[in-house]
Amino acid sequence: MTVVIDRTKPPEGDPAPKGPKSAAARARGQGDAGGGLYKPRAQIYPKLVQGRWRNIKWLLLVLTLAVYYITPWIRWDRPGDLPDQAVLVDFAGRRFYFFFIQLWPQEVYFITGLLVIAALALFLTSALFGRLWCGYACPQTVWTDLYIYIERMFEGDRNARMKLDAAPMSVNKAWRKGGKHATWLAVAFGTGGAWIFYFHDAPSLLRGFWIGQAPMTAYVSCAILTFTTYILAGTMREQVCIYMCPWPRIQGAMLDQHSLQVTYRFDRGEPRGPHKKGATWEGRGDCIDCNACVVVCPMGIDIRNGSQLECINCGLCVDACDEIMVKIDKPKGLIAYDTDSAVAARACGETPTYKLVRPRTLYYAGALALVGGLTLWGLSTRSPIDVHVLRDRNPTFVRMQDGDVRNGYTLKIANRTFEPMTAQVAFSGVTGVQIKTPGVEITQGPATLVVEPNQVRTVRVFVTAPREALPQANMPATFTVKAAGATQAVETTFLSGAANAR
Amino acid sequence: MSKRETDEITGVETTGHEWDGIKELDNPLPRWWLWVFYASVAFALVYWVLMPAWPGINGYTKGIRGHSDRAQVAQQLETLREVRGEGAARLTNATLQEIEADPALQQYAMAVGQSVFGDNCATCHGVGGGGAKGYPNLLDDIWLWDGSLDGIHHTLQVGIRSGEPGARFSQMPAFGRDQLLTSAQINDLTDLVLVMSGQDGDRAAADRARPIYAEQCVSCHGVTGLGDPAQGAPNLTDAEWLYGDSREEIRTQIWAGRNGVMPAWAGRFDDETLKALAVYVHANAGGR
Repeated sequence: MTVVIDRTKPPEGDPAPKGPKSAAARARGQGDAGGGLYKPRAQIYPKLVQGRWRNIKWLLLVLTLAVYYITPWIRWDRPGDLPDQAVLVDFAGRRFYFFFIQLWPQEVYFITGLLVIAALALFLTSALFGRLWCGYACPQTVWTDLYIYIERMFEGDRNARMKLDAAPMSVNKAWRKGGKHATWLAVAFGTGGAWIFYFHDAPSLLRGFWIGQAPMTAYVSCAILTFTTYILAGTMREQVCIYMCPWPRIQGAMLDQHSLQVTYRFDRGEPRGPHKKGATWEGRGDCIDCNACVVVCPMGIDIRNGSQLECINCGLCVDACDEIMVKIDKPKGLIAYDTDSAVAARACGETPTYKLVRPRTLYYAGALALVGGLTLWGLSTRSPIDVHVLRDRNPTFVRMQDGDVRNGYTLKIANRTFEPMTAQVAFSGVTGVQIKTPGVEITQGPATLVVEPNQVRTVRVFVTAPREALPQANMPATFTVKAAGATQAVETTFLSGAANAR
Repeated sequence: MSKRETDEITGVETTGHEWDGIKELDNPLPRWWLWVFYASVAFALVYWVLMPAWPGINGYTKGIRGHSDRAQVAQQLETLREVRGEGAARLTNATLQEIEADPALQQYAMAVGQSVFGDNCATCHGVGGGGAKGYPNLLDDIWLWDGSLDGIHHTLQVGIRSGEPGARFSQMPAFGRDQLLTSAQINDLTDLVLVMSGQDGDRAAADRARPIYAEQCVSCHGVTGLGDPAQGAPNLTDAEWLYGDSREEIRTQIWAGRNGVMPAWAGRFDDETLKALAVYVHANAGGR
């Protein structure tokens, strides 16, 4: 039997529970009191809202989903047998294609650059405008929004959903719930299904997928993404942002009092309270405590408590509040995108100022420009060839019958273009050498090799030097490869053991 | 003796064990753990039926799936042979010279050759083919036997002193051990070999040894010591020494006449592998 020595004590005055109870179960029981490790989730029923930000969100939802689903189907003509898919992560062929850009695994630093750019752009956006990413573009937000839309189609808006959840099981409830989950699963499957097209030729994969001839990785990836989409967007929703995502915790370092965030202007709203039509507005704030901002919130928070970790800055409460403000004949914008400093200034009767240029925005913009510039510079000056030279280590050199010394090298010449390439391989540093590659005649000058498009040619190169040309045991030498209008020099050494020679 | 009682604070029964006043709570197993345990039991039962599981007196329970790792390996080897069939057929149908002239085929042969060389030849000749004392360097242009493509192929097939019929055979006599020459004569011969190869040797001793050389050595190593690849006789004038170039080592070789052995590979490799190996060795060698 597993034995747990349990030293936790129940809260004072709580009678000892009957029968065995695990520590976890006890903590769960105390969750509501705030003393335990587990907090049960309260179901959130966001109400549908109309308005400017909601429309922008719909627009971005369609736009981002369109980009996600359509991208792998864009064709891009490439010569020969090369894939004609504009965006393709070709694991089997070890290439990454992005329209006119094509990257090799060795050039993964461009991906690093891209990720650093993305991170810095996120920093800059957060410092300037708050969590726009979270509220509008994050896949978790987009798919959750889509799932809530589906939920609403089957179960109705907030009140109807709450009623349905509280009602006992019936045919009506069963088909609504069943339909919702089936549609969710279909969307989830579509999500996973679209993902795999980024890794294989989309049209042939689509065909192969349904006749069971797609690679196992495609089926597994599709299944995993179907599962995660269904779970994350269907059942976990705001918990992903609150508990799983690191960004809400990190972004605290990016924000300051000048960052734009969804803000309840308490200077105007307080003191809040219900308001009867025709009653005076003297001595009170504009907030009528209607809870419209709370019921629309997909994160289940009250924005009037100030900026908080859970808030994804989606602006739905802005729309909800504006609707109410119009109804009660008050100016819009009791909740709005605003800065802490502006609200504080207004509370003191000063004119708020908005500062976009601040040290942190300058740093982020500077770093962004630097990394972005470096990445662009690297991409634009990317060489069409890449040469690596590996010296033979065993043996380091070979002495020939006539006393000449031969060194062996393995050259790897990468042709990153889409055309066959003729490479001239020259050797310098030792005079009078002969260059030989298996299958090619011995030459005094540069050896000529043909490298197939988009391939690496591995070739053995033997360099034989006359004894007289070797004054020292270790001669610095250089392979110079000229091809496709580019030249690459790779330094190496020519070893001869000359110091030990008789 | 243990006495079970209920712990007042937690309301959990104790196991009754007590150490220095500390008692152990008898909490139930976590439910997830139990479920994993039951699932494992269920899995094991299914596994026994499906897969080979229980040892018996004569063999073991085979399981209804009839799974066998051995059969699977055989199947995979068969598949591998099929995959390689095309390349192997091309090697079989081409002559050695044709293989070397066709860049694609040569590259294929080199890849096969490198892998086979690493598994079978590197033990003696070194990973890169650089050889070792008593084992020839395969990278230079010095060949004891025929260093042409066909010659290498032939050596690979029959071996050297391998005992196979038609094997390449030569014998350096043990002049000292078998008392064909006296110790003094061997000393003189050593000086002669040193002089012939351009090293420091006693010229007077070398001159004394010339008649002995003419009598005993000329038939294989030639008048000027250039050797004879047709008989596998080494060139004594160059800088390459299979058993070392020092006076001591040369003298030992004349005295004891070591004769290395290379196995015949014809029975161990199929034709295309031997061809690939020959092409690989020839391509890495310095000329001939």
